[in-house]
Amino acid sequence: MRYLPHTDADRRAMLAAIGAASIDALYRDVPEKARLKAPLDLPAHAGELEVERALGAMAAKNLAAGDAACFIGAGAYRHHVPATVDALIQRGEFLTSYTPYQPEISQGTLQYLYEFQTYVALITGMEIANASMYDGATGTAEAALMARRLTKRSRVVLSGGLHPHYREVTATFLRNLDGNVVALPLDPHGVEDPARHITPDTACIVVQYPDFFGSLRDLTQLASACHAAGVLLVVAVTEAVALGLVRSPGEMGADIVAAEGKSLGNALNFGGPYVGLFATRERFVRQMPGRLAGETVDADGRRGWVLTLATREQHIRREKATSNICTSSGLCALAFTIHMALLGEDGFRRLAELNHAKTVQLADALGRVPGVAVLTKTFFNEITVALPKPAEPIVEALARRGILAGVPVSRFHTDDARLANLLVLAATETNTDDDVARLVTALTELVR
Amino acid sequence: MSELRYTNEHEWIRIDGDTAVIGISDYAQEQLGDVVFVELPEIGKKVEKGKEAAVVESVKAASEVYAPVSGEVVAVNDALTKDPALVNRSPTGDGWFLKLRLKDQGELAGLMDEAAYRKFVKGLK
Amino acid sequence: MNEALDSPLLFEQGVAGRSGVDLPEPPRVADRLGGLRRNRPIGLPGLSEPQVVRHFTRLSQKNYGIDTGMYPLGSCTMKHNPRLNEMLARLPGFADIHPLQPVSTVPGAMELIGTLMRWIRTLTGMPSVAMSLAAGAHGELAGLMTIRAALEARGDPRKKVLVPESAHGTNPATAAMCGYEVEAVPANARGRVDLAALKAALNGEVAAFMLTNPNTCGLFEDEILEQAEALHRAGAFFYCDGANFNAIAGRVRPGDLGIDCMHLNLHKTFSTPHGGGGPGSGPVVLSQPLAAFAPLPYVIDGPDGFRLVEHAKDAPGARPFGRMKGFHGQMGMFVRALAYMMSHGGDGMRQASADAVLNANYVLARLKDVLSLPFDGPCMHEVLFDDRFLKDTGVTALDFCKALIDEGFHPPTMYFPLVVHGALLVEPTESETKEALDAFIDAVHRLAARAKTGDAAYFHGAPRFAPRRRLDETLAARKPVLRWRPAEAQAAAE
Repeated sequence: MRYLPHTDADRRAMLAAIGAASIDALYRDVPEKARLKAPLDLPAHAGELEVERALGAMAAKNLAAGDAACFIGAGAYRHHVPATVDALIQRGEFLTSYTPYQPEISQGTLQYLYEFQTYVALITGMEIANASMYDGATGTAEAALMARRLTKRSRVVLSGGLHPHYREVTATFLRNLDGNVVALPLDPHGVEDPARHITPDTACIVVQYPDFFGSLRDLTQLASACHAAGVLLVVAVTEAVALGLVRSPGEMGADIVAAEGKSLGNALNFGGPYVGLFATRERFVRQMPGRLAGETVDADGRRGWVLTLATREQHIRREKATSNICTSSGLCALAFTIHMALLGEDGFRRLAELNHAKTVQLADALGRVPGVAVLTKTFFNEITVALPKPAEPIVEALARRGILAGVPVSRFHTDDARLANLLVLAATETNTDDDVARLVTALTELVR
Repeated sequence: MSELRYTNEHEWIRIDGDTAVIGISDYAQEQLGDVVFVELPEIGKKVEKGKEAAVVESVKAASEVYAPVSGEVVAVNDALTKDPALVNRSPTGDGWFLKLRLKDQGELAGLMDEAAYRKFVKGLK
Repeated sequence: MNEALDSPLLFEQGVAGRSGVDLPEPPRVADRLGGLRRNRPIGLPGLSEPQVVRHFTRLSQKNYGIDTGMYPLGSCTMKHNPRLNEMLARLPGFADIHPLQPVSTVPGAMELIGTLMRWIRTLTGMPSVAMSLAAGAHGELAGLMTIRAALEARGDPRKKVLVPESAHGTNPATAAMCGYEVEAVPANARGRVDLAALKAALNGEVAAFMLTNPNTCGLFEDEILEQAEALHRAGAFFYCDGANFNAIAGRVRPGDLGIDCMHLNLHKTFSTPHGGGGPGSGPVVLSQPLAAFAPLPYVIDGPDGFRLVEHAKDAPGARPFGRMKGFHGQMGMFVRALAYMMSHGGDGMRQASADAVLNANYVLARLKDVLSLPFDGPCMHEVLFDDRFLKDTGVTALDFCKALIDEGFHPPTMYFPLVVHGALLVEPTESETKEALDAFIDAVHRLAARAKTGDAAYFHGAPRFAPRRRLDETLAARKPVLRWRPAEAQAAAE
């Protein structure tokens, strides 16, 4: 078997050195009745060609977004990833290394994590960032937990513009702890006033920027209202590319930013693996979850990096840890870092401009379709439209024509009839004029 | 009483009237290694004998510092925030952690004196 | 020593106006940003593509990986990461599909996930598996939450969770996140959980026992059936941390041990790459009493094929406790794991486990007279040594490991588990040849002998030949510097 190097001779020699009669003898501590005597009912081993065929056949049954006109966002945005990214992350020294517990032979990992932390702090406008979380949704949940620890309060308010998955995950993480989670009503028009919900026991308000429906709103006043009441403002960002064009959450007064970094360097991957970006104020560092790469010197005085402030983490603090997180999203963070390095200031901005321009074009084109109303007036690369009839069957029909026309809000909220006609669409630099034209033509026909 | 008394969790306490000064022993700082951070309580906090009063962190470990007696926190050693290494250099002197206003002098009974503590530590090694 | 491989930080190399991409000029549009256009630069460095390639290539050359050499990190299962799996995960039909496409457009994705679930259920002997968890710790949290939900449904949430004193730190951290208190159960002289102590600790307040099996000392918990029986009699659930599944995959099923709930680490047992710290994937297998409470979303295996359940009402009898992650799970890791399983087959996985255990016992046999062994063998897939062999040498376990770096090996796991002093946990995995093991064993012999001659200075100065000498972790913790800052900001801060 190609991955298992031992020959029978090897095994015999090793058993002799051990002084055991057989490998089975090494399993003598397993209770007799729990030992499987025969192999399980599973296929036998297969060569590469066979495995390629089997999995290739499964892959071929799926409609790849690149073979369609794709306008789906809703928390995961399709961007072009330069070929360099994938080539570099597949270097074995990055791919097959572990968490950098032996820093002297992990300087590659530690330096890129330090660079990643810097990028995240810069684009979010915050002081410090960690070495990644699983994704934006779990990062948001951890931000709410962190806010509770910092304020010693237990109430968490979730905006009606927060991605439904982010709301659910945050509520789930809090379900077994004291305190309550207040989920504000869905806000498709971007008009809610979360500050009205501040109470003396509120630890944080969690908003999304731009929000789930695409809406861009200035958070400065909300931040001030929060701070006046000792409440922390947690800002979730699902589209990191937005930060290339719009004011950062940090400059508007965010206390913790939990973002999804998938847009840079990472493919859609049917929802995972993604990479959570987590940034906050320097004075909150000891309550921040996740790993941290920090600068130091070695015995010869040369600059190097190590994992630091580990005493916050599970392997030391155990039940008093800031989180139980261990493995996070290292290789995805590397992909993010490489993509950011390639883009640079000018590239990042230009990428964002392209996204926005395409979405303006999309919004204008959809607004001209009879019966379709564009609800979102200020946006980055995502908008919500109201169709004259339920969106889900239309989306299915468009899919059959090779058009992935966004996500019906009813996919998330199946029982609210008022939302049934709403559709959330995104446009990125990967969409062409032809994509927009095809969508508009087909949609016009289907809403008639 | 101006000599130190010790707990079996390696805290020391020195009484000055109705104020108790508290820190960790030389053995404790040696076991911890380089101290990197100290988490001190807020002034006014009420602590109970045997319960957590502070936390001391080294690179690889975090240890609770338990209150040897009950009382109210009247002072904390801010010098430790800038220079946590003070705990290593002067554990029973300048590396003190906090001062409590004592609730009950009776709680001092049962704490080890210098000689008894030295014997206790020897038994651990 | 290896300054030749150094590369300054990206931020120190950047030049304004440089870029490593060519993007078209954006069309001029009246923007819809609501006055929120960014009005100050971010300060990102500009580099050309060749610069970026060179930078990350140099960085990679300062890393040790499984591809470099033996990586015997106990509890991490650093086995070979097959490149076939990387290629398959990148097929556009897997990599370029959006999680929220109409499910009718991705039947192959459903099939991939459903097929993987079948393999997992067969290997574990458990009826149900929750796939959406992103890592072991995440799976552990989901597992405990499932248990809590099941208990709450009985009207009896209970108060605490028992863990062995040798438990990995995630276990008590997870229990706390779940609103449970944690109580430790001591080990017996043979390094296993003390059954009498466990029984004594059981009462109506105990929600669950969290066990790693094989345990963190590399030993199979031989009284596990009795543990399960005691737990179930007390109305508690049995959680198993599946980090060490590599010892028993294909040879023992958790379902046959009385386990109710176990997370798997696809990035350990099933070869998905460690990537410097993730991404992982931590599916959780569940017993019948727990299955209904599994978190959303999940894939159901029905008469009409596989389908995705995103809402409780779409699965009859489902009472999910909530959602643990955005979207559906780590699809990229599912593809890799299924490719691994298909490549090995049932026979290959059974042999892999056997070889993993054989390799660890070979290391035990050849090092037990040189290092110190706290528990007699046989061990499972990893062997635990402690630092008694270094007594009076002035060399610590850490020093010994740093010297091992100069021999060309990644050190074993150090100082874990905490139940012995100066733990050294060696997990060779089944990927290593006998020759590689012999080279490692010989290096350890040489170092142990050298330590005993009193040459402590040699060890204190190690490593000498790595890209960096020993790094000052105290300084990093006392004065945390967690990011690069532009010169003016740095000056202002000082």
